[in-house]
Amino acid sequence: MQTPEERGEARLRLEFEVTGLDFATAGSAATRVKRALEHVGFSARAVRRAAITAYEAEMNIVIHARRGLLKVCVAPEAVVIVAADEGPGIADLELAMQEGFSTAPEDVREMGFGAGMGLPNMRRCSDHFTIQSVVGRGTTVRAVIKNDQVGGRGRGV
Amino acid sequence: MKLSEVVHHLEASVLAGGERLGREAIGAYAADLLSDVLKKTLPDAVLLTGLTNPQVVRTAEIMDLAAVVFVRNKRVTPDIIALAAEKGLVLLGTRRSLYESCGLLYRAGLPPVPSPGTGEGTDDADA
Repeated sequence: MQTPEERGEARLRLEFEVTGLDFATAGSAATRVKRALEHVGFSARAVRRAAITAYEAEMNIVIHARRGLLKVCVAPEAVVIVAADEGPGIADLELAMQEGFSTAPEDVREMGFGAGMGLPNMRRCSDHFTIQSVVGRGTTVRAVIKNDQVGGRGRGV
Repeated sequence: MKLSEVVHHLEASVLAGGERLGREAIGAYAADLLSDVLKKTLPDAVLLTGLTNPQVVRTAEIMDLAAVVFVRNKRVTPDIIALAAEKGLVLLGTRRSLYESCGLLYRAGLPPVPSPGTGEGTDDADA
């Protein structure tokens, strides 16, 4: 689908540098994305789905990559989240998208992550989701979450 | 159930967010896997966990949780408490086990979320 950015309708752009293994601040970008979407009046459901997607993307960079960029483009009807990292890349994308498949190390699992649920969860929370990867170079995920404020669905359901 | 009642039932100590104990929790969820938490719809719920790291607080903010209860007398580091205070998140600690904490709150009338049998008990972040 054509993005708000491609149509030149973006209202707000956010960009965050994310550093590999920086667990102390991991998640701070996603929480700022969440506050921004709340501020511009996205529905609670769209905010939640976008925040989860951004958070999973941010954690993936922290866990797996050397560094990455989280770019968020907000328009009234949708938000586009692009997470591009410099890292090991993913050899088998189909396998990586399967729930339960993970290459995360044990210490990450002890933190409550690395269960092989991040990428499937991002896809589930998105209206449109793509992933591209080059082994030895890095991975880019792109997620579009529509704002469903019009129609007035309530918070959280 | 008000968070102050959660404190009462678990004989919990208030680690952060003491000014927000009047907030109403709609239910509770227990997990030691944050990936599981991120698959649910849990606004205004209490999370009971044995995990203690800053990502618990980040996850709580992303998911709009009402409070986090650290069970089994887990040691909570000052950085976690400071982050929760900054975010306005209520952090509680109890010496009780995860199982016992869940049982006490369930018996006191705090329901599970997402509620079972409503189609919301499944992984429903996209619901």
